[in-house]
Amino acid sequence: MSRKQAAFFEVIDLRHRYGARTVLNIPRLDIARGETLGIIGPSGAGKSTLLRLLQGLERPTEGAVRVDGAPFPSPVPISMSRRITTVFQRPLTLNRNVRDNVEFGLRLRGRRDARAVENLVDRLGLSDLINAPARHLSGGEIQRVALARAMALDPEVLLLDEPAANLDPANVARAEALIRDVQTRGRTIVLVTHNTHEARRLAHKTLLLMEGTVVEVNATATLFESPSDPRTRAFLAGELVY
Amino acid sequence: MLDNILRALGDPALLAVVSLTFRVTGSALLIAIALGVPLGALVGLTRFPGRRLVTLVLYTGMGLPPVVVGLFVYILLSRSGPLGSLGWLFTPAAMVAAQTIIAFPLVAALTMSAVDGVDPDLRLQVRALGATRWQTGWTVLREARIGVTAAIVAAFGGIISEVGAVMLVGGNIEGHTRVLTTAIVLSTRQGDFALAMALGLVLLLLALGANAALLQLQGRSR
Repeated sequence: MSRKQAAFFEVIDLRHRYGARTVLNIPRLDIARGETLGIIGPSGAGKSTLLRLLQGLERPTEGAVRVDGAPFPSPVPISMSRRITTVFQRPLTLNRNVRDNVEFGLRLRGRRDARAVENLVDRLGLSDLINAPARHLSGGEIQRVALARAMALDPEVLLLDEPAANLDPANVARAEALIRDVQTRGRTIVLVTHNTHEARRLAHKTLLLMEGTVVEVNATATLFESPSDPRTRAFLAGELVY
Repeated sequence: MLDNILRALGDPALLAVVSLTFRVTGSALLIAIALGVPLGALVGLTRFPGRRLVTLVLYTGMGLPPVVVGLFVYILLSRSGPLGSLGWLFTPAAMVAAQTIIAFPLVAALTMSAVDGVDPDLRLQVRALGATRWQTGWTVLREARIGVTAAIVAAFGGIISEVGAVMLVGGNIEGHTRVLTTAIVLSTRQGDFALAMALGLVLLLLALGANAALLQLQGRSR
């Protein structure tokens, strides 16, 4: 198998608990390099927790997350964690202006790229706000700042947790156009979303997560058009299956 | 009375008192900041066994009566005390030491609670953007800067107005260890109310000016 097709992430025998409650139980999951994996599922299914484990922000209670063939060392070296970036579901900004927030990750790496920053800010419709203090921004504006600051880093892996949840339709289109660019550059994306339409538009493969377990993972078209698991059919039909 | 106050304000001896006040309180504050901000940030950012005890000690330290600190430093520095060989008693160095002990818990404890008040999710997001541990700590400390400035302002206010400790360990020696507060006590006792008022006025103005400068710094960094 060539390196190009190899899995970037391999989740092996993963069990993750908070106290006595098992929040994730995934015997095996591979996420290929260059692939966009959509993760759908009801609230509380463990989607955000899985992203934190993939970023190495938490360690699994049992089992392993392997990145590029090697398990996460403890502590995760900075050179490794910098290959992956997350856009969180409830993004928070620093008490600085928009430009400084978008440039923040680059500055951490001792880099600056005013053109890239301005380009991203422009494409996300934030140009008029570039010098505005981030604490005056609306929820949707903060979400776009969070997307811009992650994309400015052009990481190998982008973990997106409900990136369009607070966006109006015009801004959803802007965000998705940027995500498509990231796909074109061959980056790996894990997209957690409540919005099945978004998964259909962007994901190569889609995974349904329920109560911490993988119900079904399949090519996106297959999962949505001819799901093999009855729970998937029920979930897509909007029935309460949990 | 006003005439007398104005005359007292022009007294060259006043300048020496003001200058020593600034040097003693300024030095103590700088040392307390240099030690207290990193310690407060560390305690605020990390979880370790005994953290509650450290917090308790710092909070208690915030309420230390200055005169008790003065007594403690006096005993340490007295000729037969463990640090008597330094020869600091009744010198400005002893006053700086006492004021540092008063200011340090204020700076450390208030810095700790300011850092503790920063949303823990922000720390996680900063890490996810590729910050090292040091970068994360520094970023959180910067986010807490309004609280940290308040810590410094509180400590400054606590020691510039303090009289018990500097009186005990400095001895209020004219031209040597006399600061504004001890000079006010003396001139009031001597019935020189005009001078006492003039000194009080200068003390208030100093506090006002220093706090205005700190707030300016806080405002600019927002």
